[in-house]
Amino acid sequence: MIWDTIFFIILPYIAFSLAIAVGIYRSIYRPFTVTSLSSQLLERKKLYWGSISFHYGLVTILLAHLYALTLPKSVLWWNSVPIRLYLLELTGLALGIFAFVGICILLWRRFSEKRVQAVTTPMDIVVLVLVFISILTGILIASLYRFGSSWFTVIFTPYILSMFAFKPNVGLVAPLPWLIKLHVINFFIMVAVFPFSRLIHIFTYPFQYLYRPWQIVIWNRKVKSAKKLSSAQGK
Amino acid sequence: MNVRAHMSMIFHLDKCIGCHTCSIACKNLWTDRKGAEYMWWNNVETRPGTGYPTQWEDQERFKGGWVWDGKKLNLRLHSRLGGLMKLFYNPPLPKIDDYYDPFTFQYSDLFNAPLGDDQPTAIPISQITGEPMEIKTGPNWDDDLGGSSTYAWNDPNLSQLPESVRIQMQELEQIVFNYLPRICNHCLNPACLAACPSGAIYKRVEDGVVLVNENKCRSWRMCIAACPYKKVYFNWSTGKSEKCILCFPRLETGQATACAHSCVGRIRYLGVLLYDADLLPQTAMVSDEQLIEAHRSVILDPFDPEVIASARANGIEDSWITSAQDSPAYKFVKLWGLALPLHPEYRTIPMMFYIPPLSPIVSVIEEDLYRLDVSDEMRDFELFDRLDKARIPIKYLANLFSAGNESAIRPIIRKMLATRIYMRHKSVDGVIDDKTLALLNDAGTNPEEVEAIYKLTTMPNYKEAFVIPEYHRETAIEAWDDPLAHKGDTGFGFIQPPHRGG
Repeated sequence: MIWDTIFFIILPYIAFSLAIAVGIYRSIYRPFTVTSLSSQLLERKKLYWGSISFHYGLVTILLAHLYALTLPKSVLWWNSVPIRLYLLELTGLALGIFAFVGICILLWRRFSEKRVQAVTTPMDIVVLVLVFISILTGILIASLYRFGSSWFTVIFTPYILSMFAFKPNVGLVAPLPWLIKLHVINFFIMVAVFPFSRLIHIFTYPFQYLYRPWQIVIWNRKVKSAKKLSSAQGK
Repeated sequence: MNVRAHMSMIFHLDKCIGCHTCSIACKNLWTDRKGAEYMWWNNVETRPGTGYPTQWEDQERFKGGWVWDGKKLNLRLHSRLGGLMKLFYNPPLPKIDDYYDPFTFQYSDLFNAPLGDDQPTAIPISQITGEPMEIKTGPNWDDDLGGSSTYAWNDPNLSQLPESVRIQMQELEQIVFNYLPRICNHCLNPACLAACPSGAIYKRVEDGVVLVNENKCRSWRMCIAACPYKKVYFNWSTGKSEKCILCFPRLETGQATACAHSCVGRIRYLGVLLYDADLLPQTAMVSDEQLIEAHRSVILDPFDPEVIASARANGIEDSWITSAQDSPAYKFVKLWGLALPLHPEYRTIPMMFYIPPLSPIVSVIEEDLYRLDVSDEMRDFELFDRLDKARIPIKYLANLFSAGNESAIRPIIRKMLATRIYMRHKSVDGVIDDKTLALLNDAGTNPEEVEAIYKLTTMPNYKEAFVIPEYHRETAIEAWDDPLAHKGDTGFGFIQPPHRGG
C-alpha cells in the first residue's frame, strides 16, 4: 500500500532526520530558544494539577515503551504469568489515564486563562493537540486491543529494528487497525515537530545537576591561559 | 589564601530619602521590556513593611537561602534529586501577584473618545494580557507606611520583637520608618546559582558579579525561589531568568552603576573588596551569633603584604589592589566596621553592605505636650547611653542586618552617634571637651577616625564614593574570541531578537 509506505517508511525517516538535524542545529546555534517555557509565574493552580499528572504519567509510559522496544523478551517473560500481565496492563492504563487527565487540564488552562493565552504561540497549541491525540489513542488501544504489552513487542520491536537497518518491513504494521496506526503516525508527527517546538526541552533534562559542584565561577582572564595549559597537558 | 576581588556597594541608610530615583534609573536602563515590566532589579522598600515581592523574607513560604544543620550547608529549597523531581511544578515559586500585575494606561482613549461633556480618561490595562484591570497593588504600594495595618505590621522582621515594642511602634506618636534600597547582593555563596539545575548562573571571578547565561537557562526557574532576596526574576515572555548585572557594562567603562550614579541622597558607595575564597563556604557554617564576625573575616586587608602577594599570584592587577586600598567599601565594612550585610542568616554571604539608620529618640506625651524623654543636660548625649530608647528598635535592625544579634548593631550606632556629637561640638562650639573625647573612647573610636567617617559620609566626591578600577575588558574578550577575526562583523549580542520559544 502506498499509504503505508508514506506513513511508516518515509514519514519516520523524515521525522527522525529533522529531529536530529534541527535539534542539534538549534541547540548549538539558537540556544536561547531552547527552553521549557514555564508559565508557572502567571498561573499555578491549574498547572499544579495538570503539569504533575501529565509529566509523571507520560514520562513513565514513554520509558515503558522504550523499554519494551529494547528488551522485548523480558516483557514477554513477565507477561507469561497472567496475574503479572494484568498488573502491567492495569498500571499502564492507570498511568495513561493519569496523563490524560493532566493534558486535559493543561488544554483547559491554555484556553481559559487570559495570562496564559498572552504567552501562547500557535506551536504550543499544536504540541498540546498532538500530545492529546497520542494519549487518547493510547488509552483506547490499551482498552480495545488487548494486550498491548505482548503484541507490541512482537510487532514493533522487529519493525523498529528493520527501520534502523534501513530495510523497512512495512508488512509488520500494515495489517494493524487504523487506531493503532493513528497512534504511531501521530507519534512520528510529534517527532517531526519536536525540534521546532518546546518539546525540545525533553532532551535538556538536567541530570548533570546531580553531580555538578554547588558553585560555578568563571575566570574571564584565565580562560586563555587555562586553554593553553590544558592543551599542553594533553587534556 | 586564595585572594579574589569583588565589586561591592555600600548603602548608607541614614542618608536614604526614599525617592526611588535609583529604581527608575535601573528600570529605564534594563527592565523596560516585554516580560520584564514587573521586575525591579533595584527597588526601595519602606521599613517596617512587607517589601517587594510581598513578604519576600518569609522563607518558610519561599524557601530561599541556605540552612546550616551543624554539619552541612543545604539549600532550603531542595536536595539535588528533589530539585530534579520538582521541575514540573515548583511550589515555593512566587506567582506574579506576589510582585504585582504590571499595568499601563490606555492612552489612546484620550484621543479616540467621542466628543462629550466629560474629560476622557485612560483606563488601566494589564501589560500581560492587555485587558482592562483594576490596579490593586504595585512594587512599592506601602511606600511611607501607606496601608500600614496590612503591610508594615506584617513585616517578618517584627515577629521576634516583644509585643510591647510592637505596640509602641504602632502608636502614631512613635511611628518611624526607614528606607531599604535593594539590589542583587552578588553573594559569595549564591543560592540561586546552587539551585540552577542547568548550571546557567555563574559568578564572574574578576569582580564577583553573578550573572545568568540566558543561552543555558532552560526555564526550570529554581533560582527564583532559591534566592532568599527574591532578586532573580522570571521573564514571563522569553521564559528566561534575569537579574541585576551590577551594570557591568558601565563598570567596565569606568562608570558607576546606574542606581549609584543617579542616587539623589548620595547614599551609595562602590569599591573593591578583597576576600579569601579558601574560607568559602565555611564562613557561612557558623552559628547565627558568629555570622557577622565570620563574614568580616573573609574580607582581607588590602595593605597586608601577604594579601597583596597572594592577590598578585591570582592575577589581580596592581590597579585593582590600589583600588581596594582606596575602596570606601573596605573602609565602611572592615576598617570602621559600620556596614553590615542584609540578612546574613540566609547564609549566602551577600556582598552588598548596609550602614544601619539612626533614628530619633522616643518621646513621651505629658499633659498633651510632647517631651523628649531626656534631661536638658543630657540632650547632647541623648541616645548614646540609651540605645533602647531609639525609635527604631535595635532588635528590629538586628533582625535585618545581623541575624538578630543586637551586639553587632550597638557598636555601629554608638560610633555613628559619637561621630555626630563630636562634629556638632567641633562645628558649633568650636572646642572638643573632655566629655566628648571620653565618649569617643567609649564608642571605640578616636578623633581621626571620626573625622574620616564624617568626611566620607557627608561630602565624598564622585571619585571618592565610586572607586572603580580599570577593568581591562579587552583581555577578557581576547580570552574568548580573536578580535581580529570579528573585525568585519556587524556587532555582537543576539543574532535574532529574543522571541519566546521556537
